[in-house]
Amino acid sequence: MLIERRWKKWVFFYIPLTIFVLGTLFPFYWMLVTAIRPDAELYRSWRAVNNAPFWTVQPTLEHFRDLMEKTTFPRWLWNTFFIAVISTGISLACGLLAGYALARLKFPMAGALGTSIFVTYLVPPTLLFIPLADIIRDLQLGNTPWALILTYPTFLIPFSTWLLMGYFKTIPKELEECARIDGATRFGAMTRIIFPIAVPGILSAGIFAFTLSWNEFIYALIFLSSPERKTVPVGVVSELIRGDIYFWGQLMAGALLGSIPVALVYSFFVEYYVTGLTGSVKG
Amino acid sequence: MAQVMMKDLNKKYDEVHAVKDVNLHIRDKEFVVLVGPSGCGKSTTLRMVAGLEEITAGEISIGDRIVNDLPPKDRDIAMVFQNYALYPHMTVYDNMAFGLKMRKFPKTEIAKRVGEAAEILGIQELLKRKPRQLSGGQRQRVAVGRAIVRHPQVFLFDEPLSNLDAKLRVQMRVELKRLHDRLETTAIYVTHDQVEAMTLGDRVVVMKDGWIQQVGEPLELYGHPANRFVAGFIGSPSMNFVEMTVADANGALWADTPGLRVKVPPASAARLGPYKGQRVTLGIRPEDLRVATGADAADYSFDTVVEVVEPLGSEILLDLKAGPNVIVARVDPTVRAKHQDKMRLSLHPERVHFFDNKTELAI
Repeated sequence: MLIERRWKKWVFFYIPLTIFVLGTLFPFYWMLVTAIRPDAELYRSWRAVNNAPFWTVQPTLEHFRDLMEKTTFPRWLWNTFFIAVISTGISLACGLLAGYALARLKFPMAGALGTSIFVTYLVPPTLLFIPLADIIRDLQLGNTPWALILTYPTFLIPFSTWLLMGYFKTIPKELEECARIDGATRFGAMTRIIFPIAVPGILSAGIFAFTLSWNEFIYALIFLSSPERKTVPVGVVSELIRGDIYFWGQLMAGALLGSIPVALVYSFFVEYYVTGLTGSVKG
Repeated sequence: MAQVMMKDLNKKYDEVHAVKDVNLHIRDKEFVVLVGPSGCGKSTTLRMVAGLEEITAGEISIGDRIVNDLPPKDRDIAMVFQNYALYPHMTVYDNMAFGLKMRKFPKTEIAKRVGEAAEILGIQELLKRKPRQLSGGQRQRVAVGRAIVRHPQVFLFDEPLSNLDAKLRVQMRVELKRLHDRLETTAIYVTHDQVEAMTLGDRVVVMKDGWIQQVGEPLELYGHPANRFVAGFIGSPSMNFVEMTVADANGALWADTPGLRVKVPPASAARLGPYKGQRVTLGIRPEDLRVATGADAADYSFDTVVEVVEPLGSEILLDLKAGPNVIVARVDPTVRAKHQDKMRLSLHPERVHFFDNKTELAI
């Protein structure tokens, strides 16, 4: 009985889990291996003698050095960071106020407004970039970071509004009623009581918004043109693929460096992130 | 310390008329309990006093100020909620100090007042803890403490004991009563539990469907319910109601229905005169019935059959049938009875109530 159970656990749990984990992590491993593999190994035939596709015998940091010195990669990193932080900040500020209002205030058309905010999130960026490009040109913001800082909130604000609205709804409304009786204004109750309690929700909205803007590709590709203005995802692809030549080592080094900040942010806040998405407040 | 006046108070939501023409004068230092089934408008009334709901029509004054348009923070009230509403990110001390900090009290005064309140409630050891580290009873004490540090003019309680288990509820009930005797602050207390209402209230306000049914001291409500609803709501187990016809026989009035025939007690006879030949509802509390002995007048006795026996230790509840009428009696624990036993019951003639079938008002 016991043995049979253990056997089942392996078949239905450990083995599928292992396959899943390996499948998920393999691209990252491939990225790492490619980034530290010397060109000589990268561009030889798979049938060559001593070929070892899954590891390297002579690891090198040459691609990283090239990336830093021969391209404007550090500049791209800074651009991406700058744009992501500011657009996340704007979106969080709007999302907090809008989410609170939709969750708590009674006003006509509140439900319809909430739905329409969500609907704007559903408009695909591949369509939205056309009118946005027109606006950006009229405002003469093309090829500046502000083109992205102002367009990213078109999908970040609906997203964070909805996430935060859901979170605010899980917070008992008696808490702020009590604060208002205790001597706070509605705004005071919101900032002193509700926002501190909503920190997990705010953090997860922030992380999510940051990641979305960090990884965003299509707007960055369209609105930025000069190499030193680009963000990491666009820069890596447009500057390290020249014609039909792929600079695999540098591409992967750039991808690796580009994903580290996001991975760090997630690992620091993973607990908040989970409670933020599942929404649990205990009084 | 202040009186609270409600004049023609009304609350309408889009489709629901939750509170209808409530007029209530709560005197200074009085402990008034609003009681009624859920949806009767008692919580809405309290929330209008607190300023958490807008007033559709009417007027509320606290002390000598009309507070209709004052925000909650300027009404000088404190409220205790059913779910305690402790701020989860603050310690017990900060929870209790919050209201004073918002009102810019000096630090030493805050510390003094929180210390005093903590001592009264026996929560000195908990001041550094967070709410999630407390049990239900402790949270309730902190919530009460947060209300009393402010020395408000009026305390508002919104079903504060409903989340506690039965034993703790009884204990906290006594503590709240003691606290009120000590602080003498005007208090309005909302509950759906008639035992809480009876034990805590100087006066009890019974509400139903947004209307006030009766206002009175607990024993007045129990002894002289104004209508059938109050009669059934106050008291546990609730009053027995039997529809009967008033008839004239041998120069006296009798209330008659198949299986049950009793003489109308002399005290009620004059008032029941106009109902001769009509149907009325007789009400008798389970505790006003007893097993008949030879000494009991036959006019007030009737035969029943035992259906269910519920021994509670200090008393026995009997579910009986008098003809088709179901009757509950609360009898002495020495009574021996079992299913299908025949039993003759006698009722207490002075404690019989009659209600008009149409208006449901007491006759």
